[in-house]
Amino acid sequence: MNIKRALRVWQRNATVYKKLYRSSLALNFFEPMLYLIAFGYGLGGFVKDIKGMSYLEFIAPGIVMSSAMFAASYECTYGTYVRMVYQKTFDAIMATPVRFNELVLGELLWGSTKSLIYGSIILIVISLFGLVKSNLVLFILPFILACGLIFASLSLIATAIVPGIESFNYFYTLFLTPLFLFSGLFFPLEGLSSIVLIVAEINPLYHLVKISRAFSYGDISLISLKDFSVIFLYLLILPPLPFILLRRKYLL
Amino acid sequence: MTVVKGKNLTKYYRNFKALDSVSFEIGEGECFGFLGPNGAGKTTLMGIIYGFIEFFNGDLILFGESVNRKNFPRIKFKIGVVPQDNNLDPDLNVLENLIVYGRYFDIDPKEAKERALKLIEFVKLDNWLNRNVRHLSGGMQRKLTFARGLINDPELLILDEPTTGLDPRSRRQIWERIENLKHSGKTLILTTHYMEEAEKLCDRIAIMDRGKILVIDTPHNLSNNFGGNLEKVYLSLTEG
Repeated sequence: MNIKRALRVWQRNATVYKKLYRSSLALNFFEPMLYLIAFGYGLGGFVKDIKGMSYLEFIAPGIVMSSAMFAASYECTYGTYVRMVYQKTFDAIMATPVRFNELVLGELLWGSTKSLIYGSIILIVISLFGLVKSNLVLFILPFILACGLIFASLSLIATAIVPGIESFNYFYTLFLTPLFLFSGLFFPLEGLSSIVLIVAEINPLYHLVKISRAFSYGDISLISLKDFSVIFLYLLILPPLPFILLRRKYLL
Repeated sequence: MTVVKGKNLTKYYRNFKALDSVSFEIGEGECFGFLGPNGAGKTTLMGIIYGFIEFFNGDLILFGESVNRKNFPRIKFKIGVVPQDNNLDPDLNVLENLIVYGRYFDIDPKEAKERALKLIEFVKLDNWLNRNVRHLSGGMQRKLTFARGLINDPELLILDEPTTGLDPRSRRQIWERIENLKHSGKTLILTTHYMEEAEKLCDRIAIMDRGKILVIDTPHNLSNNFGGNLEKVYLSLTEG
């Protein structure tokens, strides 16, 4: 594997993004802002403080992670699928010295980069709103990237599995949306039934939201070693899978 | 020197045998044509030669090296490809298409731009430099794909049906460019189902049908040996 060639693929996507970012920035940026405003200000008026945080402070760091999650997911489902199947960008690249694994690595890194871009923007916005309480907030950045890598991997796996582009609806409705809603982002899961909690333990977003919230609020007691271990485990297991599955789908 | 050598190349798609023990040799500076009806296996064979199809049986020797997964990326620096369907990057303009493609061959940005501008001039698209490729006609897209295949200054250029679907004028323009390349000493592989094209451009022709090579010879010998012109040879040999 030649990292330099993988970066060429990354660079191709970055070049296109630089041209088109205005339209996609809006798409990926306004959605999290809507959540923040609708839930934070709207619903927040009816909600008591949670763990000493106002409702807006409670959800804001989570929105950072969820927007990172969706950024990588959109990119590595629809984006990658279009490049692979409709635009035949993959076909064009495969006629060059770039190997298939380098191409997949380029896609994976680009998806993670999108997470970093959108997660960081939301992080800056919530800081400007005064919703960040601690300097530890900078520690969130590597976890935005981890979030990107995890969901870029999951999305590339979905891309390798779906029979057609419309099947991504299942991935979003049956997989990502439940992960999003039951991540502890909008409400603490601790009071709910134990089944919800058990399922939450395997939800990477649940741990990422906890980590993000703890660093943003500056209260390390909100997290434990388990949160880091789960994320580390996912980073170990998930990224290799798209290489195997996409190769099976794409290469003749 | 032999630039491309295929030894018993065979490719199955599940149970369908797309390529059936195909053998041939192409010399340096030669323009070699593969002629055959749709489904004859031409595109499959091209896919193998430029490394798009990874799994096949038989032996492919490029520039004297038997290719495998390990050495193919290095060999590809010497190969240019003009694929059958335009897979230009629709998100990029004419110039960017060539520059971005050049990066995959480790061409540094300045050099890539210089080469791109020359090639765009070569295919007479200089007035379209900053236009998105979506706005180009089919013929112009074909010419740009052709130019893109030359960005790494390849020793071997693979042209998979370079003029299919083009109007007569565009076709002649592409032919002219191919003849230029021939004179510059490049080895060319061409697939086509136009008799006229094969006769005009190729030094030798392999006629293919149903995954097999039926005959390999010069256009002249083919029409002599089989009587009549190349079109008759083609129709008498292939079942379509």
